[in-house]
Order: sequence, then C-alpha cells, then structure tokens
Amino acid sequence: MSEHGSKAATADTAHAGETRRDFIHIAAGVAAAGGVAMVAWPFVQQLGPAGDTKAASAAEVDLSKVPEGSEIRVGIGGLPFFVRHRTAAEIARAKADDTATMRDPATDESRLVKMADGSYNAAFLITSGACTHLGCVPVGPAQGSVGEFGGWYCPCHGSHYDTSGRIRKGPAPKNLAIPEYAYISPTMIKISL
Amino acid sequence: MSGPSIYEPKTGFEKWLDTRLPIIRFGADLMDFPTPKNLNYWWTFGGILAVCLMVQIATGIVLAMHYVATTQGAFASVERIMRDVDYGWLIRNIHANGASMFFLAVYIHMFRGLYYGSYKAPREVIWILGVVIYLLMMATAFMGYVLPWGQMSFHGSAVITNLIGAIPLVGDTVKTYLMGGPAIGEATLNRFFSLHYLLPFVIAGIVVLHIWALHVPGNNNPTGVSVKDVKKDTLPFHPYYTVKDGFAILLFLLVFAYFVFFAPNALGHADNSIEANPLVTPAHIVPEWYLLPFYAILRAITFDIGPIEAKLLGVFAMFGSILILFVVPWLDTSKVRSMRYRPMAQQFFVLFVLAAVGLGFCGANDPDKLVFKWSDGLVVNYVDTNGAAKVSQKYAEYADATAFQASLPASAGASIAIQEDGFKWLWLSQILGAYYFLYFILILPVLGIVEKPKARPPSIADSVRGKKSGGSSASATPVGGAASVAAE
Repeated sequence: MSEHGSKAATADTAHAGETRRDFIHIAAGVAAAGGVAMVAWPFVQQLGPAGDTKAASAAEVDLSKVPEGSEIRVGIGGLPFFVRHRTAAEIARAKADDTATMRDPATDESRLVKMADGSYNAAFLITSGACTHLGCVPVGPAQGSVGEFGGWYCPCHGSHYDTSGRIRKGPAPKNLAIPEYAYISPTMIKISL
Repeated sequence: MSGPSIYEPKTGFEKWLDTRLPIIRFGADLMDFPTPKNLNYWWTFGGILAVCLMVQIATGIVLAMHYVATTQGAFASVERIMRDVDYGWLIRNIHANGASMFFLAVYIHMFRGLYYGSYKAPREVIWILGVVIYLLMMATAFMGYVLPWGQMSFHGSAVITNLIGAIPLVGDTVKTYLMGGPAIGEATLNRFFSLHYLLPFVIAGIVVLHIWALHVPGNNNPTGVSVKDVKKDTLPFHPYYTVKDGFAILLFLLVFAYFVFFAPNALGHADNSIEANPLVTPAHIVPEWYLLPFYAILRAITFDIGPIEAKLLGVFAMFGSILILFVVPWLDTSKVRSMRYRPMAQQFFVLFVLAAVGLGFCGANDPDKLVFKWSDGLVVNYVDTNGAAKVSQKYAEYADATAFQASLPASAGASIAIQEDGFKWLWLSQILGAYYFLYFILILPVLGIVEKPKARPPSIADSVRGKKSGGSSASATPVGGAASVAAE
C-alpha cells in the first residue's frame, strides 16, 4: 500500500510522508464513524419512553376522596405516590419537629405546594411512594404501621419517616421526594412524573 | 487454498493471546485470504447479504422489545411501534423492507452462482448450505409476515399451513402441531414469534458454515478457472475486496434507503393494514413478492395425474421447485464451470431467469385473467326452455346480439355480456413452470453432453491481461468472445 502512497506524495516538503491515500483513509474513517453515530441514534432513542407512555405520565387526584388520618396510593406510569390526609395532630407533630435534628433537614411547609390562592393546604401531604434507600414502598396508616415517627415505615431495611415524610431513622439518606404537582382546584391536584 | 498464516503478533499481549486463543490470527487470516483478482460486482452480494442479515437481526431485536405476541395485542402493538415508539417507524420500515432487500440480494446471489457454476465441484457443500439458508429465510420471512396480525398475515398463514396439510399421511398431524389448535390463533402466533426470533440465529450459524466451506476451495470467479498460482491469480481480501464490497454495499443501501424513506409500503399489501378477521378473507390473497414464483407454480397445477389430485400435485411441484436446487451440482454435467464459455447454456440461462421472473408476475395475477387479449365479442346469456343456463355464440356486432336476444322468449331472461378471449395467466404459469423444471432436469444434464464449450483462458492472470482464449480453440470466434463479455 505504501508503495502507491509514496508515488502520490507531493513535492510539498512541509507534508512529506503524508499522502492522498492518508487523506482518503481519514476521510473514509470519519464518514463511517458519522454514519455509525447516525444509525446508532434511533437505536438508542427507541429505548426511551414511547409517546403513549409519556402521555400517560400525569394523573389527576381528587383529594376529597381521601379519608382523614389515612392515605391513598396513586400509581403513575408504574411509580407509587402517597396522597395523605393528615389529622390536626399529625400536622402539629410535623411542624413541631421542624427544628429537630434530621439527616435531611426540611420544614413541613417547604414540603407543600401552594394552592391557586397562594395559601398552603397543610392537611394534604403528597410524596413519592419510593423509599429513598433502595426504592421499596414504605407501609403507612392503611397497612397499620406508621413507624416511630407517625409517618411511614419501610419494611425492607427499617427506615422511619415522620408525618411530613422526612427521614428520621434508618438507612435511607433523603426525605420522601415531593413530586411535581399542582392544585388545579382546592380539592383536585395533578401529579406529573 | 489458504496459504500459511502470515500473521505475526507484535505486542506482548498479542503474543500471549496467540498461544491461548488465536482469534486475532483468525481475523488476520480472513483478511489476508487469497481471493481471485478478477471477481466482478456480482460477487459483492455475499457481503451485501451479510449486511442484510445483520440489519434484520439488529432491527428485529428492537422490534421484539415493543411487540406483543397475542391475538388481542399484536396489531395494536405494531401500530404503537409506528406511532409512539421513538423512531419505531424507521426501525420497522427497515425491518419490513429489509426482508425484501434480503431476498432481492439472495436471488441475485443465487443467479450468479447458477451462471458461473459456483455450485460445481469442489463447491457443492457451499451451494447446499446456501440452499438451506434460503429455505430458512423463507420460513423466517413467512413467520415474520404473520406477526403484525393483519388480514394478509392471517389468511396468508392459513393458506400455507393448509398447504402442509395437503401432504399425504402426515400432513394433517404436522399442520395441527404447527398451528397448535384447530385454526391459526394465539398458540400459532406465539410459536411463530418464538421461531421467527430463533431462526435468524440458526441462519447466522449456517452462514458461518457457508463461509467456512467457501474458505476451503476459495472463491469461484467469472472465468470458472481454478486458481493455479496464488501469487499471480489472487489478491488479499483486504483491502481489495473489503473496499469493492463496501462500495457495492453503499450502492445497495441507497436502494434500500429509497424504499425505507420514500416507498415503505410499496412492497407490501394494503390489506395487511386491516386487523386480522378470521371470518373474512381478503378478495386478493397473495404472498409477498419474493414467494410469488413458487405460488405461481403451486397454482399452475390444475390437472390430476393418475391418482394424484391437482392440489397435492401443486404442493409437490412447489416444494419440488425449491428442493431441486439441492441436486443442481449433480444435474449439471458440464465440465466447464462458467457459462461465459458455454454459448448454449448462456441462452437457456437467460430464458431461465426470464421464466423465474415471469413466474413472479404469474403469481401476482389472477390465473383466470388474461395476459393479453386476442378477441372480444358479445354473448347472450339466457335460460332455455328446459331451465338450463345457456350462453350463445359470440357476436362481433351489437345488432346481431340484440337480434338473437329479441328472438328469445321473455321467459329466457336474456342478457348481453362482453366476453374476452386471450392468453390466460394460468397458461403462462404452466409454460414457465414447465421450463423451470425442464431447465434443471433436462437442459442442464443434456447440455453438458451436447454443448461444445468455448476455449477458456489458461489462468485467471491471463484472463485479466485480456487473453480471452489460450491455446487452440475450436469454437471461439471474435463474435462469440464479444458476446461472452457482453453477457457478463
């Protein structure tokens, strides 16, 4: 191959040893790499959520159906969410603990979302249903166990969450996540993934 | 044919690996494989087919991630792939058109083998493995076509399974085991999906054997003359044929891309966009284009021979038309491989290609419709006094027909219709089908004995240098030589 290349070498001494064949090799290699990348793109993209899956990634929840002192669990795209109707005592306990020592400090109010009129509806706490340790779904009032802090207890590795969904004891590193949601009326919320 | 390995491990790791798993040596030897220096572009279809298989497997794996193999969910899941899955439309169009491209390439590859005598000793096993691959391709394509669960999928598979049911003694049992129930249904769909996923990997395995068998005698070439001097007659596979194959693959992909992006449904049937309905068969039921010649042969048999009924005979003819390929190496008695030097065989080969393509058109058309019309006229349909339906003679003039109609009593319910006479597609398929079989069982064996081949070049190197005939030639004339070049 090189014997052909040397014949093609130009008189340009600054590029001695570089041949047109080298250029063709590089150009062909770059074109091939670009082609592979363009083919790979759709093959990777198809792994992502499909259009209908994305369209099904939000749900509206009627808060008036949630009994006080209990919760309902909503699955959106297979992910669990807790919608808890807290009693006055539970709200008071959550607010009282705002100043306690916690692994992931947060006030109760910071874990709520404002309604359309700008006020907070402290009676309803909406959180992710996935324990921040390894993703188990903690048990709550409906399952008869609320853990040492009155919120949730994760049976997998013993994490205790309080009535604001904050991690208080056990291996979980973070508070139960607050999903993206909004009040579309005083009794109706829309949770999005 | 492969000479001693010239690979020399350079780095310490390569040396270490070479004594444990000489896989780099294996690849290097494949790249250095001595390949006849005169291969033309018909030889690039092997590489093109390898690409086709890889494309089908890659896109198929993706489609299987989104496909639902249930009678309730299959059609909807395919629609979801087309509408909702990111780039699903692209990947499915590649897969569906890829099947057609695969067959297009394999037919060219097979015709090339037939023309240049690539099936002859010592390459019989390569050819036989190729026919096995072709059979597996047809099975895979057929089962894949069932999966979208459209009208053509369903009723096409019903026809094919009923074909198998026509085989005497075992047919019914095989058919039941194939379908897993009294009719095509959930069980059939599930097993077809499973096998459709499995068979491409079986094909890939046999492709390895095909290439292995190829690397024992080495490639045939357009002259059919064996390699005599590796140094003079051959070039290393890389870069000479990697580049040539690569260029051909790019051109082929252009055609492929045209169909995928501009005519994705051109090779399909509109009826398959309707979900399967077991109670209604579409008016026109035909297989995919690449199976049409065999479908034509199946339908061409409309007569009984002795105790064998037409239906069974048709099935035998159809399977026979494929299975006969297995024995082609022994049917062709000619000592000369390449038809470049076989003036008579060349002509019969051209007719064979025309017959095979023509059978495809026969398969696509209604056998009772006319290829061309030689006359038309008017006839009067009526009921005679005994209550039997009658057709009058043919009238060229409308006035004559109405005159006859007027002569009949009102109770005859006479009506005038146009009648066309001409050459039926059925007859064409019978003629072409007969030629298809005669080519293999009569023409190839007899030609080898009666044909006087032209002089062949003494070596590949000589043919490349333009010496068309070496030594004394009895039949090679300048005109004949020019014809063989043109036929290439």
